[in-house]
Amino acid sequence: MKATGKTHAISEPRTTGETNNRRSTVNRLSAENVTLAYDQRVIAEQLSVEIPDNSFTVIVGPNACGKSTLLRALSRMLRPSEGRVLLDGQVIQSTPAKKVARTLGLLPQSSIAPDGITVGDLVGRGRYPHQGLLRQWSAEDERVVQESMARTGVADLADRHVDELSGGQRQRVWIAMALAQQTPLLLLDEPTTYLDIQHQIDVLDLCAELHEEQGRTLVAVLHDLNHAARYATHLIALRGGRVVAEGAPNDIVTAELVEEVFGLRCQVIDDPETGTPLVVPAARRARTEVRAAATEAS
Amino acid sequence: MRTPTTRTAKTPTASRAVRALRTPGGLSVRLDLRALTVVVLLLAAALAASVLLIGTGDYPIPAGDVLRTLLGNGDRGQEFIVNELRLPRVLVGLLVGASLGLGGALFQSISRNPLGSPDVLGLSQGSTAGALVVIVLMSGSATAVTLGALVGGLVTGFAIYLLAWKQGVHGYRLVLVGIGVSAIVTAVNGYLLTKADLVDAARAVVWMTGSLNGRGWEQVWPLLGLCAVLVPLILVNARGLRMTEMGDDVSYALGVRVERVRLVLMVSAVLLTAAATAAAGPVGFVALTAPQLARRLTRSPGPNLVPSLCMGATLLVTADWASQRAFGADQLPVGVVTGVLGGIYLLWLLVTERRAGRI
Repeated sequence: MKATGKTHAISEPRTTGETNNRRSTVNRLSAENVTLAYDQRVIAEQLSVEIPDNSFTVIVGPNACGKSTLLRALSRMLRPSEGRVLLDGQVIQSTPAKKVARTLGLLPQSSIAPDGITVGDLVGRGRYPHQGLLRQWSAEDERVVQESMARTGVADLADRHVDELSGGQRQRVWIAMALAQQTPLLLLDEPTTYLDIQHQIDVLDLCAELHEEQGRTLVAVLHDLNHAARYATHLIALRGGRVVAEGAPNDIVTAELVEEVFGLRCQVIDDPETGTPLVVPAARRARTEVRAAATEAS
Repeated sequence: MRTPTTRTAKTPTASRAVRALRTPGGLSVRLDLRALTVVVLLLAAALAASVLLIGTGDYPIPAGDVLRTLLGNGDRGQEFIVNELRLPRVLVGLLVGASLGLGGALFQSISRNPLGSPDVLGLSQGSTAGALVVIVLMSGSATAVTLGALVGGLVTGFAIYLLAWKQGVHGYRLVLVGIGVSAIVTAVNGYLLTKADLVDAARAVVWMTGSLNGRGWEQVWPLLGLCAVLVPLILVNARGLRMTEMGDDVSYALGVRVERVRLVLMVSAVLLTAAATAAAGPVGFVALTAPQLARRLTRSPGPNLVPSLCMGATLLVTADWASQRAFGADQLPVGVVTGVLGGIYLLWLLVTERRAGRI
């Protein structure tokens, strides 16, 4: 049997005009030769990643490949044991915390809505890095909070308690909070987890709009390769703490890559809706045949 | 600064009237009207209870006379009783209650657990151990007992912090370590009591109940000084603490230096609780109940620090007044009353939370 995939045509499905991955210019956010470890458990060594400005970068890879860890390092939640993360040319750890928080926002997986908090109050907390002891709630804060809620479609829910909302609504509220932070860079750690398919698309559409509207740089960790290929303008494929491939989904998503990164035999076809690569896993029988052939050969 | 021609702006983002007081210079202060009302009412209640408490005793004084004396227009005899005997005792009560209420609110917020209060975490037991060591092993003076209790509370507090620290203190670990430490120290306290002779044991037990009897100006000044330093420090860090309620990741992302805020606030809370316990003994349940009651009154998620402080002061003085009214002057230590009321409150809380399906 031949390799199932076909190399994807380099067409121009939904490019937004910007040239990604310009190595010549300095991007705002990058990791240089970082070694990432929890206690003694090393997740990645000598990893270098550039986040192209104004891109919607999606990091994909199998479980435990270090994609969330990389995102944590990029958002200074995790201090690299070696190497450095640079934000606007400065080591992120030595930049004042509030200054970073005005440039780079993060929507983490683990967030707790305090008991009995209203949507408006929660979104308002995103203004923290713009506030101070004597500048606690300016007219500007109020305007941005209104705008963020309107932008994410939760303005009608302002007075509701967060704990009575559905999962999809709650995720929109958290995104509104991150928007209220008004950062040119926004990092999202698996924003679609625990949502049903409709709400997954809903959240991703919202992300794409946020990216396109204001040229905001978005970085997201996603599980679903097809979602990643459809929405990303720049894709980073990780395996075992190493970058296997990066670039526009149309350029890099091939059957060979998917097999290398995920160990999955598949076909890559054109997404009939968007023309982006669509990964179709090989049928169970086909995979067994391949496996049998492989054993025979060896 | 320019003249504060302030205007209040209602925030349409929340039905709870969160307003901001803004000056033309660009300064703004958040105003939570409901919380503000709660604070004012609690302060009024604390003041009323204090006046009544000063008037209560073997030589009762009508409230009008108490007020007149406090303002400096009383007669000689009443002046002595009010200013020298009863006022300092009431002030100690207010300060101890305020410290416990604030300390409790801080601990509950840091541990993200309504049970994470100093009495449950073993701080009071640590203070007791310090006091018992002085009473039983050294037969020390009252001042020495106070110092012993202070040292005991501080040592226990830092032991809990160190044991719970593993790349940052986290709620559950803090509560579990605290309960463990509390069990150990309680056992040590039991051992010390069995070693004591009858006189020392009686003295120890009275101390352990928590009482305001015989407290004077010498307890007021150190507590007042400590509060004057710590309360502003705590309030400056309160905004960061409010953010940490959303989890460490979110608060880091918002630019809060989580571990620093937590360290400053925990040290302050330990100091406040240890000092309060050293001054009046381990008055039970104020630190546990005051923040919860304050929260129910303000209906606000945040740590409710100032309302908890006022609630603690009000609770303690009211409990002391109630015990004196019901059982006669200096018959029943205030710790007994707060313990009984606090226990009842805790049971009620458990029942209502269960009805609401939260536990």
